[in-house]
Amino acid sequence: MNTDVLVIGGGNAALCAALMAAEAGARVTLLEAAPRAWRGGNSAHTRNLRCMHDAPQDVLVEAYSEEEYWQDLLKVTGGLTDEKLARLVIRASSACRPWMRRHGVHFQPSLSGALHTARTNAFFMGGGKALVNAYYRSAERLGVQVRYEAPVDRIEIEDGRFVAAWIRDERLTAASCVLAAGGFESNREWLREAWGRNARGEWPADNFLIRGTRYNQGTLLRHLLDDHGADRIGDPTQAHMVAIDARAPLYDGGICTRIDCVSLGVVVNREARRFYDEGEDFWPKRYAIWGRLVAQQPGQIAWSVIDAKAVGRFMPPVFPGTKADSLPELARQLGLDEAAFTQTLDDYNAACRVGTFDHTALDNCHTEGLVPAKTHWARPIDTAPFYGYALKPGVTFTYLGLKTDDSAAVRFAGRRSPNLFVAGEMMAGNVLGKGYTAGVGMSIGTAFGRIAGTQAALAAFRPGAAHAAA
Amino acid sequence: MQPLEALTRDARALANGAVVLSAPEAEVARQLQICNACRYCEGFCAVFPAMTRRLEFPKADVHFLANLCHNCGACLHACQYAPPHEFAVNVPQAMARVRARTYADYAWPAALGALYRRNGLTLSLAAVAGVTLFLLLAAALNGGLGRVPGAGGFYDLFPHNLLVGLFLPVFAFVVLALGLGVRRFWREVTPVTSGQPVSGPAAAEAADDVLRLTYLDGGHGDGCHNEDDAWTHARRRAHHLTFYGFLLCFAATSVATLYHYLLGWHAPYDLPSLPKLLGVAGGLSLMAGTVALWWLRRRRHPLHGDAAQAPMDLAFIALLFLTAASGLALWLARGTPALAMLLCLHLGAVMALFVTLPYGKFAHGVFRTAALLRHAVERRQPSRLKLGDD
Repeated sequence: MNTDVLVIGGGNAALCAALMAAEAGARVTLLEAAPRAWRGGNSAHTRNLRCMHDAPQDVLVEAYSEEEYWQDLLKVTGGLTDEKLARLVIRASSACRPWMRRHGVHFQPSLSGALHTARTNAFFMGGGKALVNAYYRSAERLGVQVRYEAPVDRIEIEDGRFVAAWIRDERLTAASCVLAAGGFESNREWLREAWGRNARGEWPADNFLIRGTRYNQGTLLRHLLDDHGADRIGDPTQAHMVAIDARAPLYDGGICTRIDCVSLGVVVNREARRFYDEGEDFWPKRYAIWGRLVAQQPGQIAWSVIDAKAVGRFMPPVFPGTKADSLPELARQLGLDEAAFTQTLDDYNAACRVGTFDHTALDNCHTEGLVPAKTHWARPIDTAPFYGYALKPGVTFTYLGLKTDDSAAVRFAGRRSPNLFVAGEMMAGNVLGKGYTAGVGMSIGTAFGRIAGTQAALAAFRPGAAHAAA
Repeated sequence: MQPLEALTRDARALANGAVVLSAPEAEVARQLQICNACRYCEGFCAVFPAMTRRLEFPKADVHFLANLCHNCGACLHACQYAPPHEFAVNVPQAMARVRARTYADYAWPAALGALYRRNGLTLSLAAVAGVTLFLLLAAALNGGLGRVPGAGGFYDLFPHNLLVGLFLPVFAFVVLALGLGVRRFWREVTPVTSGQPVSGPAAAEAADDVLRLTYLDGGHGDGCHNEDDAWTHARRRAHHLTFYGFLLCFAATSVATLYHYLLGWHAPYDLPSLPKLLGVAGGLSLMAGTVALWWLRRRRHPLHGDAAQAPMDLAFIALLFLTAASGLALWLARGTPALAMLLCLHLGAVMALFVTLPYGKFAHGVFRTAALLRHAVERRQPSRLKLGDD
């Protein structure tokens, strides 16, 4: 056996674990399922880390206290979180960046179009792929053996103790192991099964797009849950899910496929009817609920409709919108019932009570007597040209995972494994039962990746020590 | 997009008086539409902040951004949409393809812009022609190359006034051609970069960006890319050696000219005279820089830049090296029979280098400086856009 710590996965959490274990002196092998060009999983699509800080710090302005961070998390998860683990993540986020820098990660101030996160989120210069590249380079310098196209199908566990991992016919043993192989969002069949069939007889998940990697098939997650009876956390239908451009590729559409004009116009479903308050709150605070909203519509599709007044006031979309000189023409081009669409728009336009429009504040433009209401930024859609953008649910990552604790150990029937640990999306559900707030996925992955790596190294050197240390 | 659809769109655009993009320009516009919806690379260089001030990318904007791009590779290695992703985003390569065409498109006189297309050949022919010219001249003036020049040094072979008569018009032409070429570029990009005139601070910033090659530092100071996703300062340093070496050689010639006309001190100068010090330092720096550029170029990541430009790059590097090396060899060979031959080689190389300056890789420095200057002006103006999140 020439590996002390085996890390299964190749994204941020896996790399953090590999780096920490290697720094602790362990001989580490990292198994990435994807080929080199697609390495890094969903981490390659990320852009920032939500960071607690008590005072301004390089790229972060003002302060973001532990309590405020915790309250934000509590709000988005609706209480479906574990306070102890959440606070552990929050505290870790305030101290991990010097370590990240040492491994080659660069930070930059909030991007244009994302200034609302200048206080809470530290952006990676060049985004997540630059971070992943830096970590791989650092890992290789530290002697971590990296293998690509090495998907682990199954692992051997004896009495809760990791023994070996299998890649097809190849058996790899190690003293300890970190599981950081992502959620199951890329597995279409599993999504279909989890979401089931709705009252209209549709299989909603068949119409979902996957914003990230195609390699998160959830093979090991299912293996651990079903074959080894590992303790589970979370609901398989819960995920980070946003409304994205329906023309996005099936996988790896990433950030650019988002549609940011929802709050500036109206959104209609296939029946050309509105179904939710588009102006409830600022888009960055609402985009994560729109994936589920669209998932509940017939055909899991909707259209964001704006007029010329909105152009230049939202992040430019990656694909050009469907453009028309009149609303009936737009309906025809979008393939919507012309009469129903015109009626919806007429009703909306007539209900608008325009005050002082200000898309940078919760303004007083709203509708009256309309169901559902539009509570802010309601202005008649009356200025040609008109644009329509088709929306579909886009899954970023799923929350069903392995239950863990502050040692990152995998648990079997309530007992910690002495040498099997978990990090990243495979356990994010411990902190995120539902909902999302920008950058928290990377905070969880970094915090638990580092803990898992440290614990795995300890377990490798002193079998049985992981318990005590934790 | 289907070809027929594209043709129809272009025909309609032409009928409306719009400027139709060439294929490389349309490719830049396509990629920037993706980049503008992502923006992860904003911190690397000037291109992306300039991009975020725009929603669309018409021809002039594409030309401006293409020349602002330093081909550092940072955005390629960081890109979640780079090949093999189906979006196939490779901004440095798309920009390089447009850039090469802008040099040709803006060249003055326009007919000579065609020289860019077979630039390696152009430079090689120019080098051969230059050397041949001086060999023939030497034969005609002196009846052979075997003679060791006397106290007058190489003015024994080629009278000073003859050299001035040959090089001065060429130099004047170079300045005129480059000046008019870059003026056409400036006039096209000024309206799309705020139209404002150059201010002192903008000029100072652009000068700093040019002289330090700010945008080869990666935005974080660790350098740019060459063979892989690791950062390196090698390309920046090789450019500095080449650029400052060239400037030192130019300074040596300028000082010598002043000595000649103002002080009546005639060449040859030897150490520790100022022209010699400048010339030797410049020559060595230029040789080291061009060798480093050539070596780095061989190891460059295959997705960087535009492979079609290899002959242009290599011919320019070779000609710069030849100029520097033959110049230093002249000094080392003083008083030997090899001098006459080396002098023909050196003067021929210098002549070829100068004649082709407006129609080769040298243009990248001039056009990029102009683009940096327009960027420094534009970024001081408020953006026309009011994106909600800002």
